[in-house]
Order: sequence, then structure tokens, then C-alpha cells
Amino acid sequence: MKANCWVAPNRVAVEEVPDPKILNPRDAVVKVTSSAICGSDLHLLDGFIPAMKRGDVLGHEFMGEIVELGPGARDGLRVGDRVVVGFPIACGDCASCQRGLYSVCENSNPNAAIAETAMGHTPAGIFGYSHLMGGYAGGQAEYVRVPYADVGALKIEDGLPDEQVLFLSDVLPTGYMAAEMGDVKPGDVVAIWGAGPVGQFAAVSAFLLGAEQVVVIDRFPYRLRIARDRAGAETINYEETDVLDTLREMTAGRGPDVCIDAVGMEGHHPSAALHAYDRAKQAVKAETDRPHALREAILACRNGGTVSAIGAYGGFIDKFPMGSFMNRSLTLRSGQAHVQRYMRPLLERIRKGEIDPSFIITHTMRLDDTPHGYDIFKNKQDDCLKVVLKP
Amino acid sequence: MTRETTMGVRSVTDNLGIQRATRDQGPEGLARFLGWFSLGLGVTALAAGSRVARAAGVDDSRTARTVLRAAGIREIGHAAVLLVPRRAGLGPWTRVAGDVLDLVATGRAYRNRSGERRRRAGLTLAALGGITAVDLYASVRATRNRRGSPEGFAHGSVTVNRTREEVYRFWHDLENLPRFMYHLQSVITTGPRRSRWSAKAPAGRTVEWEAEIVDERPNELIRWRSVDGSRVPNSGTVRFAPAAGGNGTEVRVELEYAVPGRRVGSLVAKAFGENPQQQICDDLRRFKQVIETGELTRSDGTPDGTSIQTQAKQRPARPLATYRIA
Repeated sequence: MKANCWVAPNRVAVEEVPDPKILNPRDAVVKVTSSAICGSDLHLLDGFIPAMKRGDVLGHEFMGEIVELGPGARDGLRVGDRVVVGFPIACGDCASCQRGLYSVCENSNPNAAIAETAMGHTPAGIFGYSHLMGGYAGGQAEYVRVPYADVGALKIEDGLPDEQVLFLSDVLPTGYMAAEMGDVKPGDVVAIWGAGPVGQFAAVSAFLLGAEQVVVIDRFPYRLRIARDRAGAETINYEETDVLDTLREMTAGRGPDVCIDAVGMEGHHPSAALHAYDRAKQAVKAETDRPHALREAILACRNGGTVSAIGAYGGFIDKFPMGSFMNRSLTLRSGQAHVQRYMRPLLERIRKGEIDPSFIITHTMRLDDTPHGYDIFKNKQDDCLKVVLKP
Repeated sequence: MTRETTMGVRSVTDNLGIQRATRDQGPEGLARFLGWFSLGLGVTALAAGSRVARAAGVDDSRTARTVLRAAGIREIGHAAVLLVPRRAGLGPWTRVAGDVLDLVATGRAYRNRSGERRRRAGLTLAALGGITAVDLYASVRATRNRRGSPEGFAHGSVTVNRTREEVYRFWHDLENLPRFMYHLQSVITTGPRRSRWSAKAPAGRTVEWEAEIVDERPNELIRWRSVDGSRVPNSGTVRFAPAAGGNGTEVRVELEYAVPGRRVGSLVAKAFGENPQQQICDDLRRFKQVIETGELTRSDGTPDGTSIQTQAKQRPARPLATYRIA
């Protein structure tokens, strides 16, 4: 089959690889009908996630049809079922899964010891997301093996098009969880750094949870326009305006109740000098992540407010404003999305028409063109916000 | 377990709650102290030779100064041996040899002198005697520790999301063990308490032994050991305890295998893998996977499942052309 593979930093290629097989009783093999490139795939492309190997199949946002099922699948899944698969691989049986913390499943990372060396404890395995996260082949391919399919695969029974349900695999639950972790309450003002797909869905979700005002911060006018037109947010272009001043002005000095970092480890800063500072430290491995958005989110947040960090971080950051955070009684929450917890309720909202996640799609292309998709997505060309791939 | 301290093993809990044993610093600590002590003596003898000579009562002899300088250089040599961790086991013996030389030289000085110098040489002799006693103690201790190799003991623990009853039942059926203990080929129950164990050894060979359950307390503990005359003497205990707040069961395993001689020792090594401590950690991770999910976790990069040894040489995360589950 064809699959999009990691070759080297800044290089992916569509290669011919063997078809996946059932390895375990609870496995399924899914014939992919749609997959997508995630913003976090760009961290892999850029070489910021360790433990990648040449030939790793990428992709953790995908859906399709079950074509093969192991003998031990528990949940009434059948060959022929149309399913969306959540990106964290979760067993459903360990204490973490049973508490609903699927992205920290205790059993799904066979390389737990590598992750423990870097992180203390291991998170769950993730499709196509480095050997640190298990060494699983991903879904930017024609077929993909899905372990614990009875936990990870959600059956889609009505005729909703792929474009409406595909993002249940990652970015929609991720954006929703960002708002939920921020403890958004009716009447809140919510500021969101990053107008990528996760930031867009965080904005939509904040309104669903009752936010009165949502402000999205980015530097690409086309992304800010989508946040205004489709998510109903106000926007700040940080290259044109001072973010802290503007937020203070908008809230008459209080600051937003909830601040969401939907940027993560490869943030940018309007000050070339400050950006260069972190970029240089990153280059010599004195810090691994550039936390511009997180720092600003903490400084902006109102006293006693909540900062929700949903953008992906991989290692260590520098100049964390602990003094501001501590003295002003802030709360910081974070986590990879526990996708399996949100898939059903969010599918219900899609069915009822409360959300139409397809608004983020700007490009649809053939699997063969995936490297081009990575290129325009990374370099923000052609107003690219989300690339959907069709095998 | 008291055995832990006598064998110089202490436990460190790793991230999955799995305990690893590491060597106690005890004997190495004394050797390190002696190393620094040697360095101090050596430097003093070289830098302040005349004062040392006066204190020892030998400031009247040119030869004695040369001997002192040589002893200073030798002390620095002891320090080098003692402070390099891998050689520290031998180090104290080099000091004992040096002590003998010093005692002979000082003894001769004592015999040839009188008055105040003789008194000082006598005091030096007494001090040297004390140091020799400490060095001998350290040497014997280091050697004994080397013989009682830490490979004789391994332990680990893990928390599983199952009741004590389930976990006990699973473990009590010893035939389940090869499902998660990769070095075992099979365990066959041959009687109510007896079983026949077979383990993989290099070059396609197998090592076999008979074991018997010597103690069992339902939902609490199982203790087993190889029967007398076994080629691979070993014993083990697994304990089950409720985790705090009733959240699952804590499982603690201890393995001991006597290492009386080299030949049998190597058989044990073959039966338990090259690093039993690492193996037991892997075994417990896989045990958790099997009892919680019903299967071993496999990815394309790690198709054979969790193993620290194979983790370094991962396949790429892409489907395998031909793969048979081991």
C-alpha cells in the first residue's frame, strides 16, 4: 500500500510499504477513506520530536472502514463498519482509561521506558507519532492497524460525510478539551493564542460552554478572518498590536478569565530579538520548546483565572513566569486530549447541527500529494488551514 | 526484607511504580574514603616532606626522606586505584601491601633510633598498625561483596487494575507465567505443588528445573523454590496487597538465586537472562498488559512487545512484510 513516511527533518515522502496485519486479538485493520495533517505533525516534520526513524508512517487523524477484525474485539464492531479513530491508543482497562484519562493509558506504549526517561512517566501510545509514543504506524496511508479497536474506533452510523466527522479523531475534541480545562463559564472572556484548527475549535467550544467574548490571537490575516467569520471571535494580530495592552483594554484592565495556549512548542514572537533568543537556545538544545504563547497567556490572564495549555510541548521550556503565575493565584491545566471521552458527545453535537467542523478544511488532496500538503501547511501558503488527504 | 541490606541492595522505585534494586554504597563508601585519605597522605608527604619526617622521627636520615617521597608517590597511586569505581574492589588490597612496606621501614627506623626520635617512630608505628587494620577490614569486605554478586537478587513491583483475588488466581496458575515472562518456554504443573520449568538458553538450548510451591496464602502470597539437586537453584516470592484507596492491587516480586560457583552461576544467568533486574521490570509491565487488557502491547516498531533490550534497535513504525508472533 501507499503511505506517507518520515524521511528526515523537513522531508516526508509517499512510499510503498507492506499492508498492515492483525497482530493482536483486539486489533482492527481500517481502510482509510480520509486522513488529515495535524499541526503537531509539523513538529515531527521540523525534527523537534525525538525518536523518529526513517520510514515511520505518519498520521494520527484518520477514519475509514473496518476491513479486518481480530477475534477478541469486544464492542460489537463488525467488518464493514465505518469508523473514526481517536489518536491516543488506549486499552480501556487500566486505571487511567477507566478514569477517562485515555491519553495517559498505562498499557499502550510498548516503549514506556524511553518515554519515562524523558518524561518521568509514560503517556499513551499515539499513531504515527515517534517511537517515544510507541512506534505505531500512522493513518496517512491506505490502511492502518488499530490496536484496542473496541476502545479507539467510534462507529459512524448515519450518512454524515467524512468532512464532518473526521476531526473527531483529534482536533475537535482537542479544542473542546482546551475550553473545558479552562473551566469556561457562562459570561467568561476567553483569549486563545493560535488560530490553527485547534484554536478555531477551542473558540467554537468556548461559545458552546457559554463564553460571552472570545478573542483569538495569531499573525496570519486569513486565519484570523476564519476565526471571525466562522467561529464568531474577535481577533488580534500580534504582529500589528501589542497583545497584553489590547487584552487589558478589551477587558477594562481585568484580563481574560480563561487563556488558552493553542500554539505550543514552536511559537513565534513579534520581537525578532526575543524570538531569536529562544530559537538560538533551541538550536543548541538549551531548551527544546519555545513557549512564547504560554508566557504571554500567563501574563494576560486575570487574577485567579485559568490558563489551559493545549498546544503540544515536547520537552523543556525556559523563562516560565512563575512569579506572575504564583502571586496571582492562577491555575494551569494541560494534557493531550482524552479523545475517547469526547467522541460520542461531540458526534451528538455534530448530528444536532451545533457544530459543523468542516469549516476548517481549506485543501483536499490525494495521498500522493501529501508532501506538498505538509509544505503549504507548514509555510502557510495558499491560505492553508487544514489539509484532508484522500487515498 | 533484611536480606536486601546484607546483600548491599537497596530499592529505587521507577516510574511505573516498578522497583529496581541498586547496590548499596556501603563498601564503596569506605573504599572512597580510603582513596581520599591516600591522596591526602601522598600530597602531604610530597609537599611537606621534612615536617612529616620530623613527626615520624626520621628527620636525621637522607635515605628516610627518599623512602618518604616514594611512599608519597605510592599513596597517590592507591588513591588513583581506589577512586576509579571499576577498580575500587581491588584498591584496598593495594593499600594493605603498601602498609606492610611502611611497617617494615618504620620498624627498622624504630630499632635504629633512641630518645625522642624513637618515641615518635613508635607512635608512627602504632598509627600505621591502626591504618593497616582498617585497610584489611575494607579489603575483606570488598572481596566478600564481590563474591556475593548482586545478580543473586532481583525484585520489582507494579500496580494493576484488578482485584487481589483475580491477580492471585492468575499467578497461582504457574502455567500462565510464560505468557509474560519471555525467558520461560513453559511451566508445566506436575503435581499439586510441583511444576517443571523450562527456560531459553543461548544457541537454541533449554535449561530445565523442578520447582515446588513452599508457601501459599490465598490472595496474599505465593513462595516457590527449585527442588534440591536442581541445576538452577532459585526461589521466588510474589506478594499481593490492595493499593491505597482500593484502587487495584500492588504486586511485588522477589527472585533469589544462589550463585555458589561459576559454572552453575552461568547456567542461572542463561535461565534468567543477562540482567535479571531489567528482565523482572519488563516481565511486570507485560504482566500488567496481559492481566488488564488480555494481550501484549505490540506496535510496528516493537512487534515483539515491551523489552528494554530491544527498545534501542527499533524497526521503523511501518507494517512488517512478514511477521510471525513469537
